[in-house]
Amino acid sequence: MTRMLKILKKPVTCMLIAIFCGFVVSALILFATGYNPTQSLAIMFNAVFSRPKFITNVIIKSTPIILTGLSVAFAFRTGLFNIGAEGQYIAATIASTVVGISLDLHPILQIPIVILSGVLVGALWGAFIGFLKAKFGIHEVITSIMLNWTTLYLNNYVANSARFHKPESDGTYPINDSGLTMILYNWKFSEEGRSFLKNNQTLNDILLKTDLNIGFIVAIIAAIIVWVLLYKTSKGYELRTVGLNPHAAKYAGISVNRSIVFSMLIAGALSGLAGALYVTGSSSHNIHVLSMFENNGFNGLAVALIASSSPIGCIFAGLMFSGLIYAGQSLQFKTGAPSEIVNIMIGTIVFFVALTQIIPVIADKFTRRRSEHVK
Amino acid sequence: MKRVMALTLFLAMIISTAGCSIKTGLEDEEKKFTVAMVTDTGGVNDQSFNSSAWEGMSKFAENTGSKARYIESSQASDYLVNIDRLADENCDLIWGIGFALSDVVQRAAKTNPELNYAIADYSFGDKTPENITGVFFRAEESAFVVGFIAGMTTKTDSVGFVGGIKGSVIDQFEYGYRAGVVYASKLRGKSINIRVQYAESFSDAAKGKAIASLMYSNGCDVVLHAAGGAGVGVIEAAKEAGKFAIGADLDQSYLAPNNVLTSAMKNVGKAVEIVSTKALSGEKTGGKDLSFGIKEDCVGIPDENPNVAPDVVQKAKELEEKIGSGEIKPPNNLESYNEFIKAINVKK
Repeated sequence: MTRMLKILKKPVTCMLIAIFCGFVVSALILFATGYNPTQSLAIMFNAVFSRPKFITNVIIKSTPIILTGLSVAFAFRTGLFNIGAEGQYIAATIASTVVGISLDLHPILQIPIVILSGVLVGALWGAFIGFLKAKFGIHEVITSIMLNWTTLYLNNYVANSARFHKPESDGTYPINDSGLTMILYNWKFSEEGRSFLKNNQTLNDILLKTDLNIGFIVAIIAAIIVWVLLYKTSKGYELRTVGLNPHAAKYAGISVNRSIVFSMLIAGALSGLAGALYVTGSSSHNIHVLSMFENNGFNGLAVALIASSSPIGCIFAGLMFSGLIYAGQSLQFKTGAPSEIVNIMIGTIVFFVALTQIIPVIADKFTRRRSEHVK
Repeated sequence: MKRVMALTLFLAMIISTAGCSIKTGLEDEEKKFTVAMVTDTGGVNDQSFNSSAWEGMSKFAENTGSKARYIESSQASDYLVNIDRLADENCDLIWGIGFALSDVVQRAAKTNPELNYAIADYSFGDKTPENITGVFFRAEESAFVVGFIAGMTTKTDSVGFVGGIKGSVIDQFEYGYRAGVVYASKLRGKSINIRVQYAESFSDAAKGKAIASLMYSNGCDVVLHAAGGAGVGVIEAAKEAGKFAIGADLDQSYLAPNNVLTSAMKNVGKAVEIVSTKALSGEKTGGKDLSFGIKEDCVGIPDENPNVAPDVVQKAKELEEKIGSGEIKPPNNLESYNEFIKAINVKK
């Protein structure tokens, strides 16, 4: 019993219980709205796991939200709430698109330049927010929400500008082919590639019908780097100290202001990486006129929450989140369920995950009662 | 290190589950003719293109006992994934709604040569692949009719046009409208001035409003917009100035019942219904563009036009018939407009 309670108190167990509860409530909602819950859940399972192509799509879709999740998680560990991930993401897509269209170098140079331009602009966006907080004490939530909208309209301006706008479309030209980060991109559309793929159904599915790209690998590496930076370096120790108690950190001789700017810089760079990898890795390789946010940054908030701000956890949380979105679209197709139902399901699961803190409390209560009983 | 191991194991686990599937009970369902559509990021309830298309598709399914399905795209990157998803589901006709999906429909048609696709409001011209049907609208026909109404209604002999971003679709509106106004001016025997300006945006309502306000204060009393969301600003300006605006795509009179003269409507749903019915009956529609206009009842003015004088409505309806029968062919670009003006001959 004690052992079970101990297991219950582990964060991973809490998370799994929360996800399970989320699915149970989702099933109830589906039932209440007139859809067969077991059938719906089976459809969602199949939508992700029944074919390698589906898993590939989930992985591709998870890349940006893992990175924005990392961005939010990193800022959160250092005491900042980076709700501006959305704006940093959009800023990076603008920068990468503009650079990707303007330059056409050899891929070995082009790819790093396009990606770095996005990362750099994202980092600047983040650092600006950090600077305003450090220098003038303006709360980062306010500045970053404002900056999100500013960036959205900047995006629309660039997408409509004479230099980049593609006629008869709602966006810019795609970036030059030399900047694309899709795996085997040139080969798979060539005659040779297509005749080879015809004989291999699985590879054909994965390569030709999806935008398989290097983004996911980069995201995993980024997660590991963030983890090392936070937990294995003295800089990370400083940042976390500021996050836990800025006054104590100041007393201990840590420059709080510099640390705020630095951590927003890193957070912005991570969101920027998400945007840059999206432009180089997923069709249509350009930016569109946006009437609303596409939510890559805001979904990052949910990912960071599910992962309870653990960098490695963001990978799993991102995969789960994109799996839910992906499966939700299949559910919509198969049963005709409106997207609202699907969003309610996702929301329910996130809600339960946010409630996980209750489980250790309950477990504690049990332990106490037991020990009292022993007395 | 432990975490890295755990991660690798987890990923290996995920990949190994590939191929597992649970029986859902849907597999045994009787195979029906299935049409499906992917919306753009507006979603299926956008009160515009997507909702009109879905309406038409549902009607088609109801009338013929086929199955209709849709998937909403929440991001531009969903287009490819969603169009591809439909390819796995044995759909008999796959619709992309709106020109934003043209690239992915083209790519999917290339990788799935055995499937049939259709794209609404886009034309691949001569390069239409064998398994894609391009569906576009002769918007110049409805623009011509509303231009005629504008020309007949104006008291200041000055009308305006606010476009979104210059392109072939908006050209249809502009030149159709211009020709309609000229037609009316010949009928009335006096010259009518036309002001044309572009908002350089389909979403900037403030800019649409600013342009229209200037037009109204310079003497225009009827302004047509073909500017999407920016056009909402044009209608607002009309409301404030107490003048008339003409709506586009849908019957927009609900935005300002006393100030929307009429609307140049595009009925995507009707076209979706027609093309889907053709596909059901086995007619080959791929490899070419199908254009829809007044004749097919896919463009036109609303049935009720309370702000237009009854005799003008009567004449506009007659004009619609003439366009439907091919007697009048409204121009859709500068070139055909110039020819139209040269050849114009109005019987009073």
